[in-house]
Amino acid sequence: MSGKGKNAPRGASLWVPRLFIGISALFAAVMLILPLAVVLTEAFSSGLQVFLRAVSDIYARKALFLTLEATAASVFLNTVFGLAAAWVVTRYSFAGKGVLTTLIDIPFAVSPVIAGMIFILTFGRLSWLHPVLEEHGIRIVFATPGIILATVFVTIPFVAREVIPVLEARGTDEEQAAVLMGAGFFTIFRRVTFPHIRWALLYSVILCAARAMGEFGAVSVVSGHLRGKTNTLPLHVEILYSEYQFTAAFAVSSLLVAGAVIILTARNIVEFAARKEDSLNVH
Amino acid sequence: MYIELRDINKSFGDFQASRSVSFGIARGTLAALLGPSGSGKTTILRMIAGLETPDSGDIFINARRVNDLAPSVRGIGFVFQNYALFRYMTVFDNIAFGLRVKKEKAAAIRARVEELLELIGLEDFGKRHPAQLSGGQKQRVAFARALAPNPGLLLLDEPFAAIDAKVRRELRVWLRDMIRRLGITSIFVTHDQDEAIEVADEIIVTNKGRVEQLGAPPDLYREPATPFVADFIGESAPVENIAAFRGFEANVQGTPGAVRPEFLKVFAVGDVIQYPNSVEDAVVDDVAFRGAWLELGLVLRGIRLTARYSLEKQPPRIGDFVKVLVYRLYAFEDGKVSLRRNAELNASRHGYSYSI
Ligand SMILES: Nc1ncnc2c1ncn2[C@@H]1O[C@H](COP(=O)(O)OP(=O)(O)OP(=O)(O)O)[C@@H](O)[C@H]1O
Ligand SMILES: [Mg+2]
Repeated sequence: MSGKGKNAPRGASLWVPRLFIGISALFAAVMLILPLAVVLTEAFSSGLQVFLRAVSDIYARKALFLTLEATAASVFLNTVFGLAAAWVVTRYSFAGKGVLTTLIDIPFAVSPVIAGMIFILTFGRLSWLHPVLEEHGIRIVFATPGIILATVFVTIPFVAREVIPVLEARGTDEEQAAVLMGAGFFTIFRRVTFPHIRWALLYSVILCAARAMGEFGAVSVVSGHLRGKTNTLPLHVEILYSEYQFTAAFAVSSLLVAGAVIILTARNIVEFAARKEDSLNVH
Repeated sequence: MYIELRDINKSFGDFQASRSVSFGIARGTLAALLGPSGSGKTTILRMIAGLETPDSGDIFINARRVNDLAPSVRGIGFVFQNYALFRYMTVFDNIAFGLRVKKEKAAAIRARVEELLELIGLEDFGKRHPAQLSGGQKQRVAFARALAPNPGLLLLDEPFAAIDAKVRRELRVWLRDMIRRLGITSIFVTHDQDEAIEVADEIIVTNKGRVEQLGAPPDLYREPATPFVADFIGESAPVENIAAFRGFEANVQGTPGAVRPEFLKVFAVGDVIQYPNSVEDAVVDDVAFRGAWLELGLVLRGIRLTARYSLEKQPPRIGDFVKVLVYRLYAFEDGKVSLRRNAELNASRHGYSYSI
């Protein structure tokens, strides 16, 4: 990418880039900055006291905790799965490889609501699994495991999609050299492969966390909206909003906004560090 | 034989990359696998290393069948075509990797790495990363890394391919001397015959997955066993019908063959023409300076040949007619190569001798 327009054809008039910059800026202002500003002003519109009460409310705290729980679970599980899948897809050829790569993308293609429905159908009352689960006292739908499953499902592609191209581009020769010298799988992964993918992995984990935190559709379906039990932050916001507690809704929303800002900052730091290392070390 | 391959076959899908490959190399030998691109050189190397499994046949290293041994216990050092240095490790850590994997003592590792850094003349480069090295330096680091665990066999895949021509010559002399000094049995892959001839004790010529011939460079050069080798080694010009040349009429019409520059004599103006019945007229269509001699491109009755011409004599110009004597050539019959002499020379054995 040319970045600063250094590849722009010489002599091309300046109004074209200016026009595009203007359009982008206007769009960003109306679609992104304005809503965020509204969220924050609304959140504090009735004063700090009301804000603090809204975010320290027991249900808000439980929702925050559940959201963090689901996010952590999806980051962890998808990191493990994503790395394994990326490794297998780029290092081995086997029957069904194409199918696996396609499967990884399904959560991107399927609407989150449908993803939620899938879990209801698989584990809910209508499923043949239901009696078995019931017998063992396991609740999935309308309980925390369902929330976690739904969140994990919608974030499956993030890690694998980000890591596969890097592994593919790096080739296998360094790993083969290590194999010849007698290194075991974990040594090779830790000392040879991982340094290549660490930035891509971190980047994808950040995106995965952002998506998991904000997930609404799939979680909404499997949650059942039990206050203090199966409400995540986004669901909690929706409930507050539908109960006309606008200030509280915006206050809780601002928590999500804060989370997003932290994540984006982290992402930018990662991108910057990765680029710096790339230019210093590796061609 | 330190390393021996017996009747190795290997296919990728329905493409056969190795066809009953057999050869053996004695301990301490520096051998070259020489052949055109796609002839299966890398495949052979990778099978010896255990990175690829042959479909059939046996591989022996030091009289032990290694087919079922893991790559890491075969005692092999491997220098990859593009070096495959660990990009995220320093030069020191690259060389130390194989020793650390073997859980050697830190002090022993340090001593060994420093010894190798000195050997490759990069004592002050231990802290650098591969991206901060030149091509030739990377190559030497790859060499040191392969040598670190004291392998019995060193395999090098096109070790000079990625290096520019000037450094390449230096480096191959360096590598040859280094390998001779260490006395380690080595096989290197190349598709450059000059490289093979200059560096190797023995050359294994491959073509289309087969081994065409194995021998010392002079033997291959003097006695090519197959038409492929006769064409591939030296600057042979292919000939469709050797009976077309004067002095070779007795051969079966349509026998193909090859003519090397050394098989021709080009007479300068004023030279005594020795075998007037066999001398032919040729047109010069190219004159190139080759350092110690001139290389002439000749067209002799439609056949294109290459000849050498002494710098001492008045050089011909493009378009000039010159007198040429073909006093030997290779004839290809039934996949075999035989050297034929000009009939007029055969008839008068006395007189002049034309040794190469
Ligand atoms: N893993 C593989 N899968 C399919 N085909 C392969 C594989 N490895 C090699 N081949 C094929 O086998 C043939 C021989 O390959 P090989 O790499 O041994 O040739 P080479 O003599 O080393 O050529 P080069 O000088 O170009 O490196 C080639 O036609 C190649 O396409
Ligand atoms: Mg090759």
